[in-house]
Amino acid sequence: MSKLTRPLSAEIAGLLTARARWSPLEFVFWIAAFSTIYLFPEHHLILTEIVIWGLFALSIDLILGYAGIISLGHAAFFGFGAYAAGLLAKHEVLTEPILALIAAGVASALLGFLTSFLVLRGSDLTRLMVTLGVALVLRELANRFPEVTGGADGLQGITMSPVLGQFRFDLYGHTAYIYSLIVLFVLFVVARRIVRSPFGLSLQAIKGNPLRSAAVGIAVNWRLVAIYTIAAGYAGIAGALLTQSSAFASLEGFAFDRSADGLLVLIIGGTGYLYGGLIGALIFRFAHDYLSSITPQYWQFWIGLFLVLIVLVGRDRIGGWFDPIRSLADRVGAWRSGRSRALGATTGEGGKP
Amino acid sequence: MTPVLETRALEKRFGGIVAANQVSLCLEKGARHALIGPNGAGKTTVINLLTGVLRPSSGAILLDGKDITHVEPHERVRLGMARTFQINQLFGDLTPLETLGLAISERLGTGTHWWRTVGSRSGVVEEIGDLLERFRLVDVMQERTAILPYGKQRLLEIALAFACRPRLLLLDEPAAGVPDGERQEILATIAALPADVTVLLIEHDMDIVFSFADRISVLVNGEMLVEGSADEVAHDPRVRAVYLGEAFDA
Repeated sequence: MSKLTRPLSAEIAGLLTARARWSPLEFVFWIAAFSTIYLFPEHHLILTEIVIWGLFALSIDLILGYAGIISLGHAAFFGFGAYAAGLLAKHEVLTEPILALIAAGVASALLGFLTSFLVLRGSDLTRLMVTLGVALVLRELANRFPEVTGGADGLQGITMSPVLGQFRFDLYGHTAYIYSLIVLFVLFVVARRIVRSPFGLSLQAIKGNPLRSAAVGIAVNWRLVAIYTIAAGYAGIAGALLTQSSAFASLEGFAFDRSADGLLVLIIGGTGYLYGGLIGALIFRFAHDYLSSITPQYWQFWIGLFLVLIVLVGRDRIGGWFDPIRSLADRVGAWRSGRSRALGATTGEGGKP
Repeated sequence: MTPVLETRALEKRFGGIVAANQVSLCLEKGARHALIGPNGAGKTTVINLLTGVLRPSSGAILLDGKDITHVEPHERVRLGMARTFQINQLFGDLTPLETLGLAISERLGTGTHWWRTVGSRSGVVEEIGDLLERFRLVDVMQERTAILPYGKQRLLEIALAFACRPRLLLLDEPAAGVPDGERQEILATIAALPADVTVLLIEHDMDIVFSFADRISVLVNGEMLVEGSADEVAHDPRVRAVYLGEAFDA
């Protein structure tokens, strides 16, 4: 028995390390993402939009894909972050964009923390209604106090200072794009770290079986509060990026459409592996452009049809259609660790997507 | 000596139905105690009260002499109480490897660490390996739990409770539905528990009860009918009449 233990521990250690290792496909993804800076300079405005949608969908993935919290009001935090960044810049409280971005993220996270207690209780239906309600309340508050928010006209007169005092936001959106992409990348790396940590694993456990989670000693409610707070901060930063890159904040940030589209983007890309939101944002944007060029008035018909098909194909696991690629990525990643005897048998048949 | 587990006049009413009535239990350190009773006697209700899944209507639960009646379920685990479920309660999307890594991380208090990878702390890897070997899960450690055969899931169910390294272990029909080969494995593992671990076993199978337990409590209609040594209970006429009749005719 003890003879077996040594190689087994080595194998387990290898497998656990492989869980966290970056796979080659991920490198390809990010190299491709950053190469767009040079390859498509004329499309930076649209790409910025995609990055912001991607970050917003990523924040929904943190709660839905990992902790199983369903929300129809995630725009509450997006809008809050958007206005926070706008007000900080407009009143010259905090003019340096990165600091303002962090402040907006913290403010949204705080709002997420306070409202998280409302989503702890109850079923998915309760959560849908509560999150929807919170977003509606915030939108109406912003509408009611035009002296602060600009009301229905939006928050105007925002002048953005250069990033780090060096890089000015230009008319073509070059600075905004590079800035947004770097923010997305940094936040992605942090999120990736989180979901592969013991904390992230406990979220997946809670999503799968809250009863058993408590029975192994997990304080279920506090973990949910924590991830909801983090996700709210992410959404707030996405909103702040929109304000900073467009020098404008509007009630649209709180809109139900944004919450719903964020969910749509995530589901198109697939939940529970972090890239879903980013890939979904890309597909969503191009599908939008392509479809509306064919049928300007009815493009949502095709989006709707596409959504129904994805959910049917993915069955109980939404985004399941992406699984083959993911498991291939996992296997390649594990193979690189070069330790696993069990994987040795399966890499040969590693299915193609 | 303070008993490891004590309940005082524990009661649970669901509306007009009394599921547990004045249940008093006392387990000394290292006890091998069985709780038996016919279907619907309230055995699982008692376990759910002990673990905090249900709140008692009245009465008290003491762990090592400390009142834990109002302590949250996850806190009780930290205090050294772990359980298995009659019907598997596992994490379908996780592998056995991840499941055990999770439980061990939680026990070590590293469950909230968000910047580390699972198992980066020394000792965790060895402990996972030990449990996987002991419960014959090595060959399936990378499979999703949801697709494992029932017997393997059952083994993981027990292994998960072991991963909490409880001082008090509550086993709710651990061998239920397990094929014979693996059944012996589970029973042998339970029998091999360290002597200072206190065990409360809920079981239907009388062979298992009498081979394992040194004390037995019989629960009928939510009330404690008899408590005594295995011998006393086996020869108690009330127990024979109410519940065990056929089993002891032979």
